[in-house]
Parts: sequence; structure tokens; C-alpha cells
Amino acid sequence: MTGSITIPLTDMAEDGSAFVVELDQFTGPLDLLLHLLREERIEIADIPIARIADQFLAAIHQLGLNQAADYLDMASRLVRLKAQLLLPRHSDEEGWEDPRAELVRRLLEYQQIKEIALWMGRAAERRALNLARGYLPPPPELPPLPLTLDMLQLLSAVERVIAGIPSPVLHKVVARPLDVESAVRRIESILSVQEGCTWVEALGPAPTIVDVLSTLLALLEMARRGALTVTQPAPFAPLWIARDPSRTAA
Amino acid sequence: MTPLAQLLEAALFSANRPLAAEELCLLDSEASLADVRTALEQLREHYDFGQHGIELVELAGGYQLVTRAVHAAAIERAQFSQRAPRLSAATLETLAVIAYRQPVGRAEIEEIRGVSAGGVLRTLQERGLIEVVGRAEGLGRPLLYGTTPLFLELLGLRDLADLPKAEELSIALHPHAPEDSEHAAEAEVAIPAES
Repeated sequence: MTGSITIPLTDMAEDGSAFVVELDQFTGPLDLLLHLLREERIEIADIPIARIADQFLAAIHQLGLNQAADYLDMASRLVRLKAQLLLPRHSDEEGWEDPRAELVRRLLEYQQIKEIALWMGRAAERRALNLARGYLPPPPELPPLPLTLDMLQLLSAVERVIAGIPSPVLHKVVARPLDVESAVRRIESILSVQEGCTWVEALGPAPTIVDVLSTLLALLEMARRGALTVTQPAPFAPLWIARDPSRTAA
Repeated sequence: MTPLAQLLEAALFSANRPLAAEELCLLDSEASLADVRTALEQLREHYDFGQHGIELVELAGGYQLVTRAVHAAAIERAQFSQRAPRLSAATLETLAVIAYRQPVGRAEIEEIRGVSAGGVLRTLQERGLIEVVGRAEGLGRPLLYGTTPLFLELLGLRDLADLPKAEELSIALHPHAPEDSEHAAEAEVAIPAES
């Protein structure tokens, strides 16, 4: 955070003494708004929106972006209200609703919550004076330390991290191309001498995993072309690979 | 003191949390809830009318033996014990919204306080002062929060009814109170007397 920000709101003190707001002391935009109204001794129900909106904007002018979102939301509402109130209207107009009503409702509601919070804070303080047996105070909340470092420190930190990595473990991928063509040739040569063969015969001697996959693809390809048929008489029974009967004459 | 009152005294001395009267009934199968309450009353009088450094208080739906407030400063100075840390204004406001509106979702809390509440809600949950009590109907079924017994214990309340009623609050719901700017400036600190 940027620490406390002080904004002199000179235009509101008639005797010329500067009025100073410290934003850190507020829990949010409604709190700040209530404070501004209190300083001016204005009834919540009768907010001079234009003036309060200007003061509010001045107060949040130098806010850090993190905090600012909640305050900017309120600021935009105030500016819109200010614009709405500038529009001319007939005083005897019926059904005219004060656009400030919603803001007034929220402020009153928030003021009530603040009052309850104050009451609760005092109740907790009174209670804290009664020490109970076996009471363990919860660990203090430590705020995260601000991170300040320059590029060199960052780079040396990166180097330390890299040096700490054991040896890089890389997975080596070996290309083992499937040899579908030779599998097709093997099956064709088998089928040229006999009507059909089993899956094991089609695999050839001492098949590797690559041979199995190549043979499977070759069989599917040849069956697609109509060069052979693959049948399985029962579930899990051995495959029977047969020459396509329509081509036996060829 | 009756034997039952002595037994309750021993149990309350041994426990590190408030014990409910119903729980204390478990100590003696012969004792009814009414017996326990009578004995508790006897115990309270024992501490109040005798001269004792501790007292029996009723809070968070149970009973607890605690030191009297007058001794807190000396005990802390000697660092024998430590009082619970104070809660921040943002924490108290969030707790106030939850205590009065529970079960309540994050969106409503943020609407009332006008600031985002994620961080405070997480802290309160970690400290065990609030808990998720359900989910709302509607888009995204947002989590609903409520206060825990630990919240009552921290504030020294017997139950949620010990919180000030809306009509007891000095200003908020009476915007048209007699005009008095001095009074308005001080209104915020004019809270109801102790419960």
C-alpha cells in the first residue's frame, strides 16, 4: 500500500484551516462518505450530492489501484446521482422519486452496521478481560512482507533454482516405424500357397510388438481392399485368415 | 456445596471451552437437567458471594470458569496469560453483517459494506468465527455464512439474542431524530449500555 494519503479539502472549511482525510482509517467508501457528511454536519437524508461527490473524488484521487476499485464504484454512483439531480424537474411533479433514496438507505444501513460493530468490539474487549483456563491465543496474523528486489537479485535467485535441479531427466523417444508393406508381402506369400492361415502364422517367427502392430494394420488394410477375409468363429477364438473366395480364380 | 456442585466445578475447571448444562448432565447419570442447573446456580453464588479471583460465567450456550476482569492487567503484565487480540474495524463490520443477516452470502455482505469481502471472510473462517451454513438458491448457488459458538465465546454472549436489538440502536433507524448537529456527530459512539 502507499501508506496514508492526506488530502487537504480546503474549500470546505470556511475559516481557511485545512481539513485532512486519511484514507487508511476508513473501512470503505461508505465509511468515507459518512465521515464527509459528519464533518459537514449534514443529515444523511439531505445530502448535497454535488458537493459531496466532488469531495469524495478529491479524497480518492491518489488512491492505489488495489484499494481503488471499491471507491471508484461509489464515485461513479455519486457522479451519476449528481447528473440526475441537475436535470430540471417540476416541483409539483407527481411520482418523482428522489434519486438519492437508494444511497440514503445504504448509508443508514451501513451506519447501523458500524454501530453494531462498535458494540461488538467493546463486548469482545470486555470479554477478553476474563481469562479462561487453557485459552490459547490464536497466532498473530503476519502481513506478507513487501517484495523488493532488483533484476540482479532476481537473476541470481533464478540461477540458484536452476542449479538446484538434479540432472535434467529427458524422455528419449525412439522412432520405430511400422513396416506394414513387408507384413502385407508376408501375408500374400502365405496365402499364395495355402487357402488360409491363423493369426499366429501370419505374424511370422519371433514377432516383436512392432511386428504385431504392422501385421494387424496389414490385415485390416487387405481386408478393406477385399484381398482376404478375417473371421473369428467364437469370442476369443483364434482368428482365421482366408483368401477372398471370389479371387481364388484369379 | 453439594457433591454435584463440586463435581461440576471440577469438570468446568478441567475444560478449555464452555460446557453446556446438557453436557454436564453426562457427569452423573442420577442428575437431571434441573439438578445440574440448581447446582450451577449454587456454584455461581459460591464464587460471587465468597471472595474469589474467578467467577462462573454463562456464554456461548454453556458455562465457563474465568478470571475476574480486575486481575487481567496484572496477569498480563507478568505474562502468565494473554487476552485475545482485538478485532479490526473491517472484521467487526463483517461479523456484524453476518451476525444479523445470517445465513448471508458474500454478495449481500459486500453490498452492505461497499467493499469486497473475500479476504476478511477467509480470515474469519480460519479463526473459526464464521462457517458455511448452506448454499443459496439461484445463480451459482453461492455459499451462505453464519456465526459459530466461538463467535459468541469471543464476545462473551450467551446466544445471538444477547446482541443489541435494532430498536435499541441509537441512530440508524431514526433519520428524523431531533435536529442537533453536535448530537449527530457523537451519535456513532452512543451505543446501548452493557447487556
